[in-house]
Amino acid sequence: MEITKTSTKPKVQEHDHHDDHHDQSFITKYIFSEDHKMIAKQFLITGIFWAIVGGAMSSLFRIQLGFPDMDLTALSPIIGNWLTPQGKIDPEVYLALITMHGTIMVFFVLTAGLSGTFSNFLIPLQIGARDMASGFMNMLSYWFFFLSSIVMFVSIFVEGGPASGGWTIYPPLSALPQAVSGSGMGMTLWLVSMALFIVSALLGSLNYITTVINLRTEGMTFFRMPLTIWAFLVTAILGVLSFPVLLSAALLLIMDRSFGTSFYLSDIYIAGEALSNQGGSAILFQHLFWFLGHPEVYIVILPSLGITSEIIATCSRKPIFGYRAMVYSIFGIGVLSFVVWAHHMFISGMNPFLGSVFTILTLIIAVPSAVKAFNYIATLWRGNIVFTPAMLFSIGLVSFFISGGLTGLFLGNSVVDINLHDTYFVVAHFHIVMGSASFFGLFAGVYHWFPKMFGRMMNRTLGYFHFWVTFIGAYLVFFPLHYIGIAGFPRRYYSFTNFETGRIESFIDLNTFVSFAAIITFIAQFVFLFNFFYSMYRGRKAPKNPWNSNTIEWTTPREPGHGNWPGAIPKVERWPYDYSKPGSDKDYIPQHIPLSKTPESNMPEDSSR
Amino acid sequence: MNLIIGIILFLSLAVVFLLFRSTEILSVAKKKIATSFEDSNNSFNAISGVVFMFLSFAVIFWYSYDQFENYFLPMASKHAPEVELLFWVTMAVTFTVFIITQVVMFYFGYRYRYKKERKAYFYPENHKLEIVWTVIPAIVLVGLIGWGLVKWNNIMGPPPKDAVVIEIMGYQFAWASRYPGPDNELGDANYKLIDVDNIVGIDFTDSSSLDDFMPREIHIPKGKPVLFKIKARDVIHSVYLPYMRSQMNAVPGMPTQMWFIPTKTTAEMREETGNENFNFEIVCNKICGRAHFSMKHTVIVEEEWEYIKWKNEQKSWIEKNPDYYANFVKNNSTDVAVLND
Repeated sequence: MEITKTSTKPKVQEHDHHDDHHDQSFITKYIFSEDHKMIAKQFLITGIFWAIVGGAMSSLFRIQLGFPDMDLTALSPIIGNWLTPQGKIDPEVYLALITMHGTIMVFFVLTAGLSGTFSNFLIPLQIGARDMASGFMNMLSYWFFFLSSIVMFVSIFVEGGPASGGWTIYPPLSALPQAVSGSGMGMTLWLVSMALFIVSALLGSLNYITTVINLRTEGMTFFRMPLTIWAFLVTAILGVLSFPVLLSAALLLIMDRSFGTSFYLSDIYIAGEALSNQGGSAILFQHLFWFLGHPEVYIVILPSLGITSEIIATCSRKPIFGYRAMVYSIFGIGVLSFVVWAHHMFISGMNPFLGSVFTILTLIIAVPSAVKAFNYIATLWRGNIVFTPAMLFSIGLVSFFISGGLTGLFLGNSVVDINLHDTYFVVAHFHIVMGSASFFGLFAGVYHWFPKMFGRMMNRTLGYFHFWVTFIGAYLVFFPLHYIGIAGFPRRYYSFTNFETGRIESFIDLNTFVSFAAIITFIAQFVFLFNFFYSMYRGRKAPKNPWNSNTIEWTTPREPGHGNWPGAIPKVERWPYDYSKPGSDKDYIPQHIPLSKTPESNMPEDSSR
Repeated sequence: MNLIIGIILFLSLAVVFLLFRSTEILSVAKKKIATSFEDSNNSFNAISGVVFMFLSFAVIFWYSYDQFENYFLPMASKHAPEVELLFWVTMAVTFTVFIITQVVMFYFGYRYRYKKERKAYFYPENHKLEIVWTVIPAIVLVGLIGWGLVKWNNIMGPPPKDAVVIEIMGYQFAWASRYPGPDNELGDANYKLIDVDNIVGIDFTDSSSLDDFMPREIHIPKGKPVLFKIKARDVIHSVYLPYMRSQMNAVPGMPTQMWFIPTKTTAEMREETGNENFNFEIVCNKICGRAHFSMKHTVIVEEEWEYIKWKNEQKSWIEKNPDYYANFVKNNSTDVAVLND
C-alpha cells in the first residue's frame, strides 16, 4: 500500500512533502521541537526570562549605589538572607549581583537570547530553506542552553552565594574559595553552566554556518543575502573560533580549583597559609578569557547591526547604502576582533610593548565600525522614513553605537586607558556600545518580525511608549557614568563612602539620579512584556507582508508551518534592497520577482546584484 | 509610603492599559490597516527625535561646563598633563563627530519622514564617498595612535636610575609598603615566610633586608622620580593613583612596576582643593573581594628635604620587632651567621 501510494505521486511533489500536515504532539511541537521557528521562540522566551532576572539584579545594586542608606527590610521576603541586619545589601552579595548581572546579560540574553532567536528564526526563512541543516542539533543546542540556564539559576541560591569575582572571573579570586565565598560552590556551578553554554553555542553556530553555506535557495547567491544573514554568519564563525578557547580557560581553572594544578596560581598566601602552587600565571587566564571575551562583544553586537541594517533599509524605503562595504566591514570587524583582545589588559602587567601593538590593532577596528555608522546615516538621507517601533529602536541603536563607539577611542589608546581603566568610564562605554545597542537591536528585531513569529501585530502606541522611555532612560543611566569615570571612580565598588575623603559628595546626587533612571527604565520594560504576550494571543492579525519588505520570509503564509513554504521555495531573482527603484510604481520589489517582470525599472547594474 | 508607591504603580499600569485598549479599538474602528504607513505618530516620532537631541545637548553642555571642577581632577604628576592633553584632544575629536553624526541622523529622520506622495531616492552606493569616510577616520586614528604610543612608551618605559624605590604589596584588604633603608637596596622576600607579623615575607637571611623599613603611610618626595615595585599576596589588586594618572595591577606571582614624578605636595593639594583633610590615596581598582571598596592607603607627597628628614627618622623593621628577628635568627642560625660574617 505504502509503495503504491508514493509511487503514484509525481516526483515534484515529493520534494515538497513538507506541506503535508504532521500531527505533532504537544511535546514534539512545543518542547522537543526540531522546527527552527519554535526553537527561536524558545530561545527568545528564555532570553526574556533571563533579561528580567539580570535587570532586576541591576535594579538591586543600583539601589545600593544610589540610595546607600535605604532600609530594604521590606524586600526581605524576596531577597531574605542577602541583607545585613541593618537591611542593607551585603557587600559580597553586591559583588555576586554585578557578577551575575554581567554573566546573564552578556551570555544568556545578548548571546543566546539574541543570536539564538534571530539566527534560528531568520536564517532558513531569509535564505529560503525548509529548516536548519540539522534540526536535531538545533534542538540539542537549545536544550544544552536550557540545562546551562538551570545550573546558572540554581547557583544563585546555593550556600555561599553565586560566583562573585566579576563576570570576567579572574583567578586567583575565582580560584580560591578562601578569597570570597562566591568562589566556592557558586563558582563551580558557574563553570559547569558555562561549559554547557559553550556546547550549546557551538552546536548552534555550526548549524548556522552550514545552513547559510549549503541551504540557500536557487538564485540566493552570497551577495544577494540580506545583511542580517551576513551578520549571523560572521557571528557564528566568531563563536566557533572563540568559544572553545573559553572552554579551555574554564577547564584549566577547574583543574586549579579542584585538582591542585597551578596554571594560574603562584606564590599565594591567603587565610593564614602559604599555598604550594608555584609557576602559574594569572595573566594567562586573562589572555585566554579575552581571546573569547573580545570576539564575544562582537558576537553580541553584530547580529544587532545586521537586524538594524535590514530594518533601516526597509523603513527608509531605500536600499542600504554601500551594501558591499557593509559586508566587508562585517568581515573586517570579525577578523580584527580576534587580534585586539589584550586592550582589556593594558595595565595588567603584561609587557608594555604588547600594549603598543594592541593599541594599533584596536584603533584599526574603529575604521570598519565608522564605515557602518556612516552608511546607516547615508541610508536615511532622502529616504521616506516610516517610524515603526522597530525603526525607532534601530535608529536608537545607531545613536548608541556612535556614542559608545567614540568613547572606545579613549579606552583603546593605551596611554589614555591608564587612568580610565576599570573606572566608571569603562562601564559607561560598554553599556552604551554593547549593552544598550545590542538590546535595541533585539527589541527592533522582535517588533519587526513579531508578525512573522506569531502572525499578529504588536501594539504600536505601546511600542512608541516603550521606545521613548527606554531610549531616554538608557542615556540618562549611562551617560552620567562618563563623568564619574573621568573623576576616577573605580567600578565594582560596593560604596564610595570610604573613597578618598571628601570626593564622594560631588556625585551623590548624580548616583541617586542614575539609580532612579535605571529603575524607571527597568519597570518600563514590563510595558513591552505586556505588549509582547498580549499581542501574541490578542493582537490584530498581521497581513502577509506588513512592512512591504523585499526579503523572502514575507512570502511565507501568515503563520508558516513546518517547512516554511507550502509549495516550492521561491527562487531568488535579485538582491534584497530594491526599494523605491526609479520607474517602478511600487516602492519595493521583493526578491522573488524576476527582472523580466520589471522591465520599467531595470538598471544596467542589476545583473551584477 | 508603601501604599503611595502601590497606588502610583497601579495608576500607571491603568494608564498604560487604557492607552493600549483605546488605540487598539480606535484603529479597528477606523478600519485602518494595522501597518498603515500613513500614521500621525510618524511626525510625532520624527520631531521627538530632534527635540530629544537638542535637550540632551543642552544638558550635556550645561553639566560638562558647570561641574567641570568636580569631575576633572587636579593633576599631580609630571606625565599627567601630557596624558590629559591627549585625552582632551580625543575628546574634542570625538565630541565633534558625536554632535555632527547625531544632528545629521535626527535631522534626516525629521526631514525625510514618510510622505505618501514622495518617493525615496534610490541611492545604493557612492564609492568616492565611502572611500572618503574610510580614509579620514583612518588618518585621524593614525594621529591619535602615534601620539598615544610616544607617550605610552615614555610612561611605561624604564624608570630613571635615581628613582626612589618603594615596594608596594596588595593583600585582602590593605596595602603594605617597604622601603630599602639606608643601603638603598630592598632585601629578598619570600611568600613562604609570610606570617601575621612579617606580612610581606621579608627574608632576613639577605643582609640587605636588615635595614628595610615598613611605614604606616607612604611618603614620597616631590619632583623626584618614584618607582613602585608592585606585588600581590593573594588575589589581583590594582594600584590606582587618580591624581597622578597612574595605575598598575598587582599580580600574585608576577612582580609589576610603575613610576612617576609627583609635582604637588599633599600640603599644596590641600590648599588647591580647599580641603584640609585631603590626602593622596592608593585605591584598589581590581575586584578583590568583600572589602574591595575600602582598600586604600595614604600617600604623602612632601618636599624633598621633608622626605629625607622623615626617612632618616624611620626605624627598620627588625628594630621595631626585635623578638621576631631574634626568633628568626634562632631558627635560621646557620644562614644568618654565614651572611653576617
